[in-house]
Amino acid sequence: MAVAAGPGSGPGSAGGDGDDSLYPIAVLIDELRNEDVQLRLNSIKKLSTIALALGVERTRTELLPFLTDTIYDEDEVLLALAEQLGNFTGLVGGPDFAHCLLPPLESLATVEETVVRDKAVESLRQISQEHTPVALEAHFVPLVKRLASGDWFTSRTSACGLFSVCYPRASNDVKAEIRQHFRSLCSDDTPMVRRAAASKLGEFAKVLELDSVKTEIVPLFTTLASDEQDSVRLLAVEACVSIAQLLSQDDLEVLVMPTLRQAAEDKSWRVRYMVADKFSELQKAVGPKITLNDLIPAFQNLLKDCEAEVRAAAAHKVKELCENLPTEGRETIIMNQILPYIKELVSDTNQHVKTALASVIMGLSTILGKENTIEHLLPLFLAQLKDECPEVRLNIISSLDCVNEVIGIRQLSQSLLPAIVELAEDAKWRVRLAIIEYMPLLAGQLGMEFFDEKLNSLCMAWLVDHVYAIREAATNNLMKLVQKFGTEWAQNTIVPKVLVMANDPNYLHRMTTLFCINALSEACGQEITTKQMLPIVLKMAGDQVANVRFNVAKSLQKIGPLLDTNALQGEVKPVLQKLGQDEDMDVKYFAQEAIHVVAQKLRELDLPVKDSEEYCAAGPDKNHCLRPGMAGEDTGKEEAAVRDIQSPCKPRFGDTSEASINNGCRHWLTESTLLFLLHSLSCTDTRTQALDPESQLRPHLLHPLLHLPLVPLLFFFCLPYSSQIQLLGPERVSETFWHLLWNLNLAGEQSILVSLRWEPFCCTGIVGNRCCLRVSRSVLRNPAVGI
Amino acid sequence: METKLPPASTPTSPSSPGLSPVPPPDKVDGFSRRSLRRARPRRSHSSSQFRYQSNQQELTPLPLLKDVPASELHELLSRKLAQCGVMFDFLDCVADLKGKEVKRAALNELVECVGSTRGVLIEPVYPDIIRMISVNIFRTLPPSENPEFDPEEDEPNLEPSWPHLQLVYEFFLRFLESPDFQPSVAKRYVDQKFVLMLLELFDSEDPREREYLKTILHRVYGKFLGLRAYIRKQCNHIFLRFIYELEHFNGVAELLEILGSIINGFALPLKTEHKQFLVRVLIPLHSVKSLSVFHAQLAYCVVQFLEKDATLTEHVIRGLLKYWPKTCTQKEVMFLGEMEEILDVIEPSQFVKIQEPLFKQVARCVSSPHFQVAERALYFWNNEYILSLIEDNCHTVLPAVFGTLYQVSKEHWNQTIVSLIYNVLKTFMEMNGKLFDELTASYKLEKQQEQQKARERQELWQGLEELRLRRLQGTQGAREAPLQRLTPQVATSGGQS
Repeated sequence: MAVAAGPGSGPGSAGGDGDDSLYPIAVLIDELRNEDVQLRLNSIKKLSTIALALGVERTRTELLPFLTDTIYDEDEVLLALAEQLGNFTGLVGGPDFAHCLLPPLESLATVEETVVRDKAVESLRQISQEHTPVALEAHFVPLVKRLASGDWFTSRTSACGLFSVCYPRASNDVKAEIRQHFRSLCSDDTPMVRRAAASKLGEFAKVLELDSVKTEIVPLFTTLASDEQDSVRLLAVEACVSIAQLLSQDDLEVLVMPTLRQAAEDKSWRVRYMVADKFSELQKAVGPKITLNDLIPAFQNLLKDCEAEVRAAAAHKVKELCENLPTEGRETIIMNQILPYIKELVSDTNQHVKTALASVIMGLSTILGKENTIEHLLPLFLAQLKDECPEVRLNIISSLDCVNEVIGIRQLSQSLLPAIVELAEDAKWRVRLAIIEYMPLLAGQLGMEFFDEKLNSLCMAWLVDHVYAIREAATNNLMKLVQKFGTEWAQNTIVPKVLVMANDPNYLHRMTTLFCINALSEACGQEITTKQMLPIVLKMAGDQVANVRFNVAKSLQKIGPLLDTNALQGEVKPVLQKLGQDEDMDVKYFAQEAIHVVAQKLRELDLPVKDSEEYCAAGPDKNHCLRPGMAGEDTGKEEAAVRDIQSPCKPRFGDTSEASINNGCRHWLTESTLLFLLHSLSCTDTRTQALDPESQLRPHLLHPLLHLPLVPLLFFFCLPYSSQIQLLGPERVSETFWHLLWNLNLAGEQSILVSLRWEPFCCTGIVGNRCCLRVSRSVLRNPAVGI
Repeated sequence: METKLPPASTPTSPSSPGLSPVPPPDKVDGFSRRSLRRARPRRSHSSSQFRYQSNQQELTPLPLLKDVPASELHELLSRKLAQCGVMFDFLDCVADLKGKEVKRAALNELVECVGSTRGVLIEPVYPDIIRMISVNIFRTLPPSENPEFDPEEDEPNLEPSWPHLQLVYEFFLRFLESPDFQPSVAKRYVDQKFVLMLLELFDSEDPREREYLKTILHRVYGKFLGLRAYIRKQCNHIFLRFIYELEHFNGVAELLEILGSIINGFALPLKTEHKQFLVRVLIPLHSVKSLSVFHAQLAYCVVQFLEKDATLTEHVIRGLLKYWPKTCTQKEVMFLGEMEEILDVIEPSQFVKIQEPLFKQVARCVSSPHFQVAERALYFWNNEYILSLIEDNCHTVLPAVFGTLYQVSKEHWNQTIVSLIYNVLKTFMEMNGKLFDELTASYKLEKQQEQQKARERQELWQGLEELRLRRLQGTQGAREAPLQRLTPQVATSGGQS
C-alpha cells in the first residue's frame, strides 16, 4: 500500500495507510450501532471520515451493504445518513461507482418521515448528475421505475422528484417509459402522490420536448387542475407558470387559458389564493396580450373576493402587476381597471387586507406620476395614515421614500405628523419599536428643521420609555440621527439633554445616559466626547447603584480608544482603578476588563505600562449562580452545534445571558440565571439537558428554591427585569412560564397559584395573553385551588 | 337581494347571533399576532356558498305536510325540499328574516315527517333529499381565523348558519335511520364523491357539526356495505396527510372514534390491509404535535387491535418506542398511559419479546427531571399484572432498569419520586435478592467501564480525524494544483493502489 502517500509523503503519511488496519470495520460499525441515539447520530455525521478510513474498496463492499441493511433507525439518524450519502460519490471511487450509493438511498426514499424522504430525493438528484449516461440507464432509471411502482405511497411520492433529472440524458425508448410512469403517478389513487406529481409537473415539463408538452403534459395539467381535492388543484396552478412559459401565445390560449380561468374562479378559496399568490409569475408567463384580456378581469375578481385571505394575497401583487404592464397604455389601464378596486380595499373590513395593500400602494406613485398621485393616490395614503390598525399606518410610513421621489413629502407632512405621534405613543411596544426604526429615514426625508420642531421631543421621550427594547432602539436611533445631521446638531440638541439624565433619580435613566454615550461617542468625535461626555461618565463612577457603576466601567472601555493619552492616563485610569477595588464583584470584573483595554491602548501609544497595573482580567468567576453568562458562552456554541429538533421554545442560554450582561442588569440572581432556572424547572427534554454543561447545577439551584414559595419569589425577581425579559420575546417567555406554572399547578402548589398576580406582566407585555389565559384556566381546573 | 352582494362590501353587523361572545379588545397585551386577530371583526364564514347563488327567489310558506291528502304529499315534499335548498346569509343577521323562518319551519317539518311518518321515503324523493342535503352541508370550509388554533385552549369558530345546518344534519340522520330507508336505492346518490365531501367536512372547527358528522358517517358505514373499503381508505389518506403534510385537521378524534368501533367489528384473522393501517397510520399518528386532542380515541383503537390479534404487540410497542416523545413531557405521560393499557392486555409470550427495550425506556422516564413523567413510569409497579410479568422476567428486566433506578434514587430532586424508587428497589430486592446484590456490586464497575469506553471512543475518533487530516495534507503536498474535491481524490488514489 502506502501509495497515494508516496509522492507527497512526509514520514507521517507513510504510516497513514497502515492505519487502515487499525480500524477494522467492526469497530466502526459498532459506533454506527451504538445504543445511544446521540452517539449514533454523531457517528453518522462523520460517516465520510469512516469511509475515508476504510478506503473506497471496503466502503463499497462492507460499509454500504451494512448501511443498506440497517435502515431501520430513528428518523433523525436517517436524515443525517441521507444527507451524507449525497456527497459520497468520491468516497466510493468516483462517478464510475456512484451507483453503489443507490440501494441505501432507495430505501431511505421509501421511509415514512417526509423530511428523510425529501433529503434522500435531494441526494439522489445530486448523485444522478454524477452518473454516466450508461450508468444512468442501467442503474438510476430502473430505481426510479421501482420507486414509481412501489406499494406504499411514500416511494411513489419520492419518485415524482426524480423524473426530471434522469429524463434529459435518457435514450428515446427510455424517455417514453419515463413519461408513461409519470402519467400514471398523476392519476394515482392516493392524493399524496397526486400532490407530489402536481408539484413536479412544471419542473418535468421544462425538460420535455415541446411536442410532448403539448400532447402529454397539458392533458395531465388539465386533469390535475380539476382534481376532486383542492390541495391537488392548487398545485396545478404552480405548474401552470412553468407550462405557460413553454408554449406559444396561440397554444396558450387553447391549451392553458381555459384551465387557468377556471382556477381563478375555483370554488375553493385555497385555489383562488394560489392564483393570487402566483399572479406576477403568471402574468410574466402568459405575456401582455392575455394579461389584458384575461388576467386583469380575473385580478379584479380576486381583489373583491369574498375571502379576506384571497384579497390580501391579491393586494400584495398590485404593485408588481402594474409595474409589469406594458408601458404603453399602462396608466389608462391602472386608472380605469385597477384603481377603483384599490379604492375599495382601502376601507376593507379586514385589517390584513389593508396591511397588505399599505405595504405596496406607495409604489404606485412612481408608476402613475405626479399628477395622478396627487389627485388619486394621495387621498388613499391619507386615509390609510388614519387607519385604526397600526400596522397599516406603519406600512405606509415605511415606504414614504417612494412618494418623496414623486411629489415630495411636504404634501403628506401635515397628516404624517399626527400619525407618527400616535404610533410613537402606541400602547404596544412593538409598534413603538417599529416607528423608531423609521425615524432616521423620516428625518432624512423631512429635513432637520421640521425634525427639530416636531419630532425631536419624541426621540428624547423614548429614551425614558419603560420598556428596555425601546430605550435601546432610541439610543441607536440617536446615533443614526447624528450621523445624518452632523456633530454640531448633536452638540446643540441631543447631547445636553442626554447628559441631564445622568442626575435622574431613576437608575435606569442614568444607565440610559451611559448607553447613549456609548452609542454617540464615535459619531460625535473626540472633542465632544472628551469635553462633555467624559466628565459625566467619570462622575457617575460614584453612583450608589452597582449596575450604574459597572456600566461606567463598560462605557469607559468603549470610549477609551477615542480619548487622548492625557485623558486616559490622568482621568480614566484612576477611576477605573478605584472601580477595580469596588466591593461589588461585577463592578470589579468590568473595571478590570476596561483597565486591560485601556492599558493596551496606552501601550499602542508607546507609553510605558507597569506590568502590575495590567490585570489579566482575573478569569471568569467560578460562581455559576452569580455569573451564568460566563458558563453560558460555551453553551451557546455547543448547543448550536447539535441540532435541537423539537424544542423551539427553549431559551438559548448563551444568547440571553450575554445580552443580559451587556444590558447591565444585575441582581444576586441575574435574569439569565432566572430564565435558566425557569427553563430548568420546566425543562423536560432529557436530550437538551444532557447537552447542557450546567445541568449539574440544577439540583443545587432547585433544591433550596423549591422549598420557598417559588412563584412569588420568581415574580419578585422578574419584575425589575421585565424589560430584559422582553428581549426574549413574549412567545418564548410565556412558553417557559407556562411550562413552569403548569408543572407547579400539577404539583399542587395551590398557595402559590392563588397568589399569582399577572397584571404587571401583562401590562409590560412580557407574558402573552395566551399564556395568562392558559395558566388561569389550568388554575381553575385544579380542584385543589378552587378559585 | 342583499345576499348576492359579496360580504366584503356589505357592512357586516358586529353582533351576529350564534357566535361565541367576542372577547373585549385586548388592552393589556397586544404582541402576539393572535390577539390582533381577535380584535378584528368576525368575517364572513359561509360566504363561499353565496358566490354561486344568483337570482334568489323569495320564499313563501307552503301548506303543512300533514294538511294535504296523501296523493299530493310527495309533490309538496319535493317543493319543500327545493325550498330548503335555498341558502341564506347568516352573517347579516337581519337579512331576509322571513325567508330564514320559512326555511327553518320547512326543515323542522321535514325532520318531523321523515322521523315519524311511514311511507314517505319512496324512490323518487331520494335524489331530491340528497340534493337538498348536499347543497346545504357541502361547502368549502372558510380559512381558519386563527392559524395556530389550539383545539384544547381556543374557542372554536362556530358555524353561523347552524340554526339551519343543524336541522339539515338532523334530517339527514333521521333519513338514514328511518325504517323505510333503502340503502339499495340510496347508494345511487350516496356515492364515493358524496362520502369524500362528507369526510372533508370533518375539518370543521365547530364541534357540534363534527358530532353530527360522526354519527352520520357511522350510519353510512353501517348501511352502505359497498362504501366501507372506500371510507377506510379515505380516512387513511386524511390521517396520512395530517401526519406528514399538514399537522392540522380538526376531526381526527371523531374519525378515530368511528374507526374504534369499526376495528371492534373486524373479522379474524385480520386482513393485511387492517394490519397495515395499524402499523403505518395509527402508530405514526402518535408522533403528531396535537396528540392530546385525540389520544384517548387513538389508544382505544390500538388496544382494540391488540385484543384482536396479540401477535401485533411487538410491532406496536416497538413503534411507540420509536416515536417516544423527546421534548414534550405532556405527551410522554400519555405514552406511558397508553403503554400501561397495552401491558394490561399483553400476553406473557409477547412481553418477553419487548421487555428489554421497553424497560430501558421506562427507566429513562423514571430519570426524567419532570416528576410527573417519573411518577407515571413508577406507577407501573403498582399494577399487579405488570408486576407479575416483571417478576417472571426479573432476570432481564432488573438489569435493564437497575442502573438508572439506583442512580436516580440518589439524585432526583423530588422526594416523592425518591421514595417511590425506593419502594421499587425494595420490591426487586424481595423478588430476587441475589441478582439485586450482584447488580449493586457490579454497578460501580460498570460505571467505570462506561467511562473507559467513552475514553476509547474519543481516542478512536481522534485517530480517525488525524488520519483524515494527514491524507488531506498528503495530497496537498503531492498535487500542487488546487483540487476542488480533495477528499474524494485522496480516497480514489488510496483505493486503486
